[in-house]
Amino acid sequence: MSPAVCLTDVTAGYGQQVVFSDLSLEIGAGKFVGIVGPTGCGKTTLLRTILGTQPALSGQVLVNGREARPAPTGTIGYVPQLGTVDWNFPVTVEEVIMMGLYANKRIFPWPSKKEREIVHDLADRLGIYSCLHDHISNTSGGQRQRAFLARALVNNPALLILDEPTSGVDIKTQHQILHLLADINTQGVTIVLTTHDLNAVASHLPWIICFNNGLIAQGHPRDIFTNDILDKTYGGDIVIVKHDDHFLITNNSPLYPATQN
Amino acid sequence: MIDFLLEPLGYEFFRHGLLAALMVGVSCGLIGTYVILRGMSYVGHGLSHAAFGGAVVGFTFNLNFYAGAGAMGLLSALLINRVTRSGRIKLDAAIGIVTTAMFALGIVIISQGTSFNQSFEAALFGNILGIGEDDLLIISLVTIATLTIIFLLYRPLLFSTFDNEAAKVFGIKTDVMQLVFSVLLTLAIIASMNIVGVTMIAAALITPAATARLMTDSFGRMLIYSLTIGAVSGVVGIYLSYIFNTASGATIVLFGALLFCLIWFVKSIQEGMLMRQRRSGKADLISTK
Repeated sequence: MSPAVCLTDVTAGYGQQVVFSDLSLEIGAGKFVGIVGPTGCGKTTLLRTILGTQPALSGQVLVNGREARPAPTGTIGYVPQLGTVDWNFPVTVEEVIMMGLYANKRIFPWPSKKEREIVHDLADRLGIYSCLHDHISNTSGGQRQRAFLARALVNNPALLILDEPTSGVDIKTQHQILHLLADINTQGVTIVLTTHDLNAVASHLPWIICFNNGLIAQGHPRDIFTNDILDKTYGGDIVIVKHDDHFLITNNSPLYPATQN
Repeated sequence: MIDFLLEPLGYEFFRHGLLAALMVGVSCGLIGTYVILRGMSYVGHGLSHAAFGGAVVGFTFNLNFYAGAGAMGLLSALLINRVTRSGRIKLDAAIGIVTTAMFALGIVIISQGTSFNQSFEAALFGNILGIGEDDLLIISLVTIATLTIIFLLYRPLLFSTFDNEAAKVFGIKTDVMQLVFSVLLTLAIIASMNIVGVTMIAAALITPAATARLMTDSFGRMLIYSLTIGAVSGVVGIYLSYIFNTASGATIVLFGALLFCLIWFVKSIQEGMLMRQRRSGKADLISTK
């Protein structure tokens, strides 16, 4: 079985500006992977390279064994950063989910009975059926994230890519989203997400990639979240407080200095 | 009342103007929805000026008015798209440079004292007297093309307008959608030039869509409301223009602005009443506790 994502000697960037170079990375099919790193370290560029929306300057990018490129085949589901969404845009939750089917050929603008059934079933599964006809801005942070997740899942993709799905929501919603993603992953969907929330991924994700304009390290959070690796990823001032199997990652505040382990 | 409405229809120029304003209202209402949701309100203003420059250049080379205006409008839209692609030059700056340069070219040619067989005043300020059968044919074709293309490409156009990057990932040809949008916008502008005037086209594009946005939270309904408001503004504006002997474009735009103010006022009162109801509901809840 070919890996879900395979990058070989990939250099990516925008025009003259190289964001990362000669990156080789493999993400196995069925994995649930979190990519962490500081702001501007190239996480979003890495996702765009995998998605095929930002072609690599050199190297090879394979997704499910095929060259990465945007396609309506439903092989990749994508949830963008919700911070980029125009919440005043006149669309309902149902219309947002339905957009996932808009690349399918259909002459009429309105949805078919089958499309409506698919969207309603998915909304029911994700617990947003009751707000299907609400304007997108009249929903909670968790419902919004689920609406965009539903749009990404509506074509039954083999690979799901999420750009910072836990940002801008409270801690309870964060846990709900990550549990929901874990459930989806158990159904065989490969999940790759980026996040700034180290503690959330440490307690929910089985595989972490530390990234800073290149691959720093990858592995289980227990092996990855060490002072050395986090120093290399974030450039210091990160403290790990361990207690039994749990650990808390925080910055070294001058007011409340933490004890390093 | 009926006689009052029917009397001007006895004149051919009025019938032409009325039909043209109705169709231009529909086209501008439809494409204006995409213009305001893409945050490109300034584009309409700029492209109409570029199209004017094109019309003047076209006349210099003995080309048809619409051919020159259309070619320059489309060239400007493509240039703006190309210049902004790298992200270094923002959209508003690119519009300012490209379209004003095209407009300036037209002004330079006119200022050379070249004699033209057409007055460009109608193109600048709009004049229903200037609508001939050829103009009606062009406007009809543009309206039918706009309605057909938006019906057929409703889904990909909506997705790329809402979330261009995600639309690309999902397999929508976003570059093609951008091109289709630019072509439709240019067509709507050149079709509107003689009736609304270059100086008023931006308002004719934006006002119906902005009014429709106040009325609904659904994209499909917004499109229908916007084209209806555009058509009503065109028809009522032409009648008012005839009655008060005013410039057609300015009258259409003023009536559209009046509708916008009216809807905005009603919506503000509705929202105020809703807020007061919510507050009093909360107060009741606290007092019963």
